[in-house]
Amino acid sequence: MLRFLLKRLALTIPTFVALMFVTFVAIRMVPGDPVEVRTGERGISPERLAQFRHELGLDQPVWKQFADYAWGLLHGDFGTSVVTNERVLTEFLQLFPATLELAFFAMVFAILIGIPAGVMAALKRGSVFDQTLMGLSLTGFSMPIFWWGLLLIMLVSERLGWTPVSGRIDLIKFYFEPVTGFMLIDALLSDQAGAFKSAFHHLMLPMIVLGTVPLATLARMTRSSMLEVLSEDYVRTAYAKGLSPFRVIGLHALRNALIPVVTIIGLQVGSLMAGAVLTETIFSWPGVGKWLIESIGRRDYPALQGGILLISSIVIVVNLTVDMLYGFINPRIRHGQ
Amino acid sequence: MSHFRKTGLAALSFALLLGASAVSAKTLVYCSEGSPENFTPALNTTGTSFDAARPVYNQLVEFERGSTKVVPALAESWTTSPDGLEITFKLRKGVKWHSVTGFKPTRDMNADDVLFSFERQSKADHPYAKISGGKYDYFADMGMTKLLKSLVKKDDYTIVMTLSEPNAPILANLAMDFASIHSAEYAEALLKSGKPEQFDQVPVGTGPFSFITYQKDAVIRFKANKEFWGEKALIDDLVYAITPDPTARYSKLKANECQFAAYPRPADLAEMQKDPSLKVISQSGLNIAYWAFNVTKKPFDDKRVRQAMNMAIDKAAIMRDVYLGAGTAAINFIPPTLWSYNTTVKDYPYDPAKAQALLKEAGVTAPLDIDLWYMPVQRPYNPNAKRIAEMMQADLAKIGVNAKLVTYEWGEYRKRAQQGEPTTVQLGWTGDNGDPDNFFFLRGCAAARPGGQNISKWCNEEFDSRLKKAATLTDPKERTKLYEEMQAIMKEDAPDMTIAHSIVFEVMRKEVEGYKQSPLGGHKFIGVDIK
Repeated sequence: MLRFLLKRLALTIPTFVALMFVTFVAIRMVPGDPVEVRTGERGISPERLAQFRHELGLDQPVWKQFADYAWGLLHGDFGTSVVTNERVLTEFLQLFPATLELAFFAMVFAILIGIPAGVMAALKRGSVFDQTLMGLSLTGFSMPIFWWGLLLIMLVSERLGWTPVSGRIDLIKFYFEPVTGFMLIDALLSDQAGAFKSAFHHLMLPMIVLGTVPLATLARMTRSSMLEVLSEDYVRTAYAKGLSPFRVIGLHALRNALIPVVTIIGLQVGSLMAGAVLTETIFSWPGVGKWLIESIGRRDYPALQGGILLISSIVIVVNLTVDMLYGFINPRIRHGQ
Repeated sequence: MSHFRKTGLAALSFALLLGASAVSAKTLVYCSEGSPENFTPALNTTGTSFDAARPVYNQLVEFERGSTKVVPALAESWTTSPDGLEITFKLRKGVKWHSVTGFKPTRDMNADDVLFSFERQSKADHPYAKISGGKYDYFADMGMTKLLKSLVKKDDYTIVMTLSEPNAPILANLAMDFASIHSAEYAEALLKSGKPEQFDQVPVGTGPFSFITYQKDAVIRFKANKEFWGEKALIDDLVYAITPDPTARYSKLKANECQFAAYPRPADLAEMQKDPSLKVISQSGLNIAYWAFNVTKKPFDDKRVRQAMNMAIDKAAIMRDVYLGAGTAAINFIPPTLWSYNTTVKDYPYDPAKAQALLKEAGVTAPLDIDLWYMPVQRPYNPNAKRIAEMMQADLAKIGVNAKLVTYEWGEYRKRAQQGEPTTVQLGWTGDNGDPDNFFFLRGCAAARPGGQNISKWCNEEFDSRLKKAATLTDPKERTKLYEEMQAIMKEDAPDMTIAHSIVFEVMRKEVEGYKQSPLGGHKFIGVDIK
């Protein structure tokens, strides 16, 4: 297991370096300049433009800019935002808890509904339930997040009034300084009556929107995996031995069926981060996704480079964890067979 | 009265007061469209950042609510020397600074604060000059670097500003956000504690609202300043809920999660106006969208060709199909809401036949190939430059002109336009200070140099001499006469086709009262109440 871990860790280094290079190059290929983009119709004099570009290091050769950037990263310096002048890491850490909270609950939503739905669909293969579920999952998978989010706001928030439109908490009724950055936890810590309920209420729609695509994916994957496992000999044997359906399905079949599903969950983290960008914008959720979108428009190179690198690192770590979990679930991998 | 009774009465009053405040605390939530870069207007260029800082600050002078008229603020009076070079400001006494966590002011606003606020922007060796990036774009762009010769403190409440040349718009410049007055004492305290960057993140001002907190990308909170020197706020708490998506802002407004929403989408306006719970107000924006002709490139060096282009375009169709009623067709370079607007100037008629005849007279043979540049982004004065360009292209084709549509990334577009690269180019302008000079300088000879903001590169001596003279005069009547003449000259010589002035809409809940729309576009919540 240790060898397995070390081997996987060694692979992350070239992945990380490649990411550094790709983000650095990709951002600079977008036309526009961080200084010029601020100035609007009035423009800027050539002297001031040169001065500001020099201060930001943009007048250096590209290879030197990359070398400085890489050197900074090795020292844990992700750079300074050209817009707010704050450290990129500081901004990221301020905003990341909001994204993490949203992504976590979106994934919980997807798992709690997607996996049982997939199991039921496999058990009732070919039934109306199975076909309906697969149809819904295809729809969920295909729907653009932006459209789905706005539709839910119109129906659920506006027409029905069941949830608030956007934001993380009722701003009129509740005010407390963030402690952890996780609104649910901070609401509990604030001791203000109704704060937790308001925070959860605000989380519901964005969680559903962001969790829809993972839910659809998990439902289909679970169904497909369960069908494969249910046709195995050992399952037939377990039934023949007189084990209850609950033990056969819940303890034997599901555990084996979950192996590819766990991998999918790990891969979903990447798409959750991508989905968070749109979800956060629609629901005014102050996370890293919204921050990155704004940084693109502002050509905030350090924020973009640092932000993308940090998110990618998290995705790498999560997938590494999933691989380890994989080894735990599947003894064959754990024992190196 | 016995001690016991006094204590009891005091406790009862206190309890009643607490209860009363809890019940009657008025909170206005403003759904803003974006996050501020920081809270020091001198460092910013975007309306979003200016709006975020505005509740906290005052300037020496300010624009009267809902207008561009300059009125006293932190300076309660001023006198200008006969040569126009010296302005002596008498500062208001008893103006209190806000307190924030870790800072409690020990004195009132005085001349030291004015000196600090301007010297930070003008002196490269100022201790705060480089803090938070140190880019003072508006100070430079409004010409203050050259104009402000010196700023001297005569006493604690008298400041003498000496200019390098007489300049009529200077007072209007001093009412702009970049000229906000900051606390020198706060700055010094932060420098001593090694945290100068906090100055631009946790603002201390003299304004009607004091800053409470900013949760990044989420919410900004302000509290009414009970010690404000001017008209006290009618609300207790002001909250900016940062909501980038305009559809979400509209939904929040309908759900009463916010009471005022920034920048409504034109497509939503009709529905908003029908909604009984909402109120929509509007006024002509202090802006202009134009199509400029590069007079240094043939055949646009010929006035007849430029006039022909004016007559070839169906402006009414553009207003109907692109502006969707959110704009008025522009006749002059300045909007009708700006003083000195010349109502006698007539627009060119839409007359393709006459346009063709003029081209022929000018010796232009069809087909004439030109390039027509359009902005890649939406601007306050132009909702869809590409669509306008396409409509113009179709109109021009009817008179034998082939227009090739060209665009670049926004910063690149503007840079190339200012270099004089295009033959014809769309652009526009939003007024900064309510002074006509702030528009007309865009067609002055000084701005016609390569890289200058006069993208038509038009330099007309009659126009330019009046522009220079008007900037030095202080009598509005004399300035008005010159600006009126300039508008007539511009129309006749046609360096541009003036397209439109956009109409700016604001939407709020019906319960919101007292809001006055600023012609300059910013949002101010003093005088606003919720019924």
